[in-house]
Amino acid sequence: MLPIFVIIPLGCAFLIPIAGKLRQGLAQLLANSCALLLLFCSINSIFWLKSGPKIYSLGGWPAPFGICMVLDGLTVLMLLVVNIIGVASLVYSIDYIKKFTSPVLYYTLFSLLLAGLNGMVISGDLFNLFVFLEITSIASYSLVAFGTEAEELEAAFKYLVLGSVASLLILLAIGLLLGSVSTLNMADISSSLTNSPSRDLILYCLALFIMGFALKSGLVPFHAWLPDAHPAAPAPMSAMLSGVVIKTMGIYALLRVLFNIIGISVIASSILVWLGIISMSVGVLLAIGQWDFKRLLAYHSISQVGYVIFGIGLGTPLGIIGGLFHLFNHSLFKSLLFLNSGAVEFATGTRRLDQLKGVSSEMPVTSATSLVASLSIAGIPPLCGFWSKLIIIIAAFEAGNIIGALVCIFVAMVTLASFLKVQKYAFIQKSQEIVSGIREVPLFMLLAMLFLAVLCIGVGLFFMPFVESVIRPASEVLLEGTNYAKLILGA
Amino acid sequence: MILYILCFILFAIGIYCLLVKKNLVKKIVGLGIAEYAVNLFFILLGYRNGGEAPILDKTRVIANFVDPLPQALILTSIVIGLGVTALMVAIVVRLYEKYKTFDIDEIRRLKG
Repeated sequence: MLPIFVIIPLGCAFLIPIAGKLRQGLAQLLANSCALLLLFCSINSIFWLKSGPKIYSLGGWPAPFGICMVLDGLTVLMLLVVNIIGVASLVYSIDYIKKFTSPVLYYTLFSLLLAGLNGMVISGDLFNLFVFLEITSIASYSLVAFGTEAEELEAAFKYLVLGSVASLLILLAIGLLLGSVSTLNMADISSSLTNSPSRDLILYCLALFIMGFALKSGLVPFHAWLPDAHPAAPAPMSAMLSGVVIKTMGIYALLRVLFNIIGISVIASSILVWLGIISMSVGVLLAIGQWDFKRLLAYHSISQVGYVIFGIGLGTPLGIIGGLFHLFNHSLFKSLLFLNSGAVEFATGTRRLDQLKGVSSEMPVTSATSLVASLSIAGIPPLCGFWSKLIIIIAAFEAGNIIGALVCIFVAMVTLASFLKVQKYAFIQKSQEIVSGIREVPLFMLLAMLFLAVLCIGVGLFFMPFVESVIRPASEVLLEGTNYAKLILGA
Repeated sequence: MILYILCFILFAIGIYCLLVKKNLVKKIVGLGIAEYAVNLFFILLGYRNGGEAPILDKTRVIANFVDPLPQALILTSIVIGLGVTALMVAIVVRLYEKYKTFDIDEIRRLKG
């Protein structure tokens, strides 16, 4: 059953241009039904996991020799993240994409993006992961440039250069690992490395991997491209980029390599903790002065991804649960905020906060959903962001990292201040002059935003069963560490 | 060993060119050089002195053969490199249409 996660979107990506030749609506229908099917499969995969991790060998070649696909707890969590946001963005696109000239190309690239993301998550082979990473990267470079205006091209070029450097560093590290252990299967590499440890080589690979994946996920010393690229893309694509792409390409791949292949060490986890602390604080301090709605959100992505990396870098079970839970929650509320910013821009034509005149009465649904998302990102109980931040802060105190815990609390307060500013200028504030001609956005955009807002509230209210059923299996995969090899090869 | 060092120097030249040169076209060339250096590195990994192609032959046994896996990988990597380069050239052409220049210092509307 596992290859369907790649086959469906990849097949759709090739069928969509053909369908688009016949009728444009057909391409739209195809892309949306593909995403819905993927969401259905990924919800089902929670139940497939009940009987232990699943392994699929491509072409029937057994694991260390052939390429394999692996479904374990972490994979299920990431599949859920990718496909929930994928569905929301595609449904939102139905109305939003009308202002662009070639929707068929947009849907083709979007399906390729989904194929790359699902493939990365499910692959059990290091080079295969790299190939899917490149599919994702190329699709996202071209989607960032999709508007083909001056700013968008500039942002896409910056993203392309830094993204390609990151890919080269990752490829070099894969080459070094291949040269020393002569295998590419993740489980096999990990068991060969534990048998013949060569410290210098592992440290060198570690440095290359951390540089490469941190560039891909925009952690702070490597973040220069992110605040340009994320606002430049069309709104549903920004939601994908901030909610899913930086997490799958950066965080998921980094965690897989660090925890399951190389094995986490004290050096690596302290690097993660410090990257997290720096990203959190620098991201939020840069965000608070921004007046462009989407640029502000992009800086907040840096800071929230810092929380994720910080929580996981603590290395305690509670920290890892908190980090992964925050990864899921951040993908929900940040995508929702980007969709809101797209709706505001769609209705008013501007996304400068100082030019917006407070649209809460004209656009009630947009402003209500954005309120949910803002309170969620600021960590107000009982919304989802509160619980994950609380878990991370408790874990930091438990692990004795007082500085980190205090930074977390401080950043949460600055985030609240920054989103109060967004709410005031974009939605609540009322100006004297009557602004006419602003109407609520069309139905499908509202549906997508409501879907994510309901999930935000739902996950917040029922966080215990959710953590038990989805987050805990994922954290167990990371805690398992290099025992992962035994699970995969022994089965 | 000297081959690996030369390969690393090639990689460093490529990255230098990509990051330091102001001209967009030179940046593309730099990315190409860095990419070829990594590809060369993979091929060097599979190379054995005096090795033969590992083709299954009933009449004789090949004892010393080159590792075919890196070569297969590099074919994929070259195709990916082609895709990235094509996209980059396309974006640079569009940038030139908008800004009428290849100089990266004059292409900076995005700040902050």
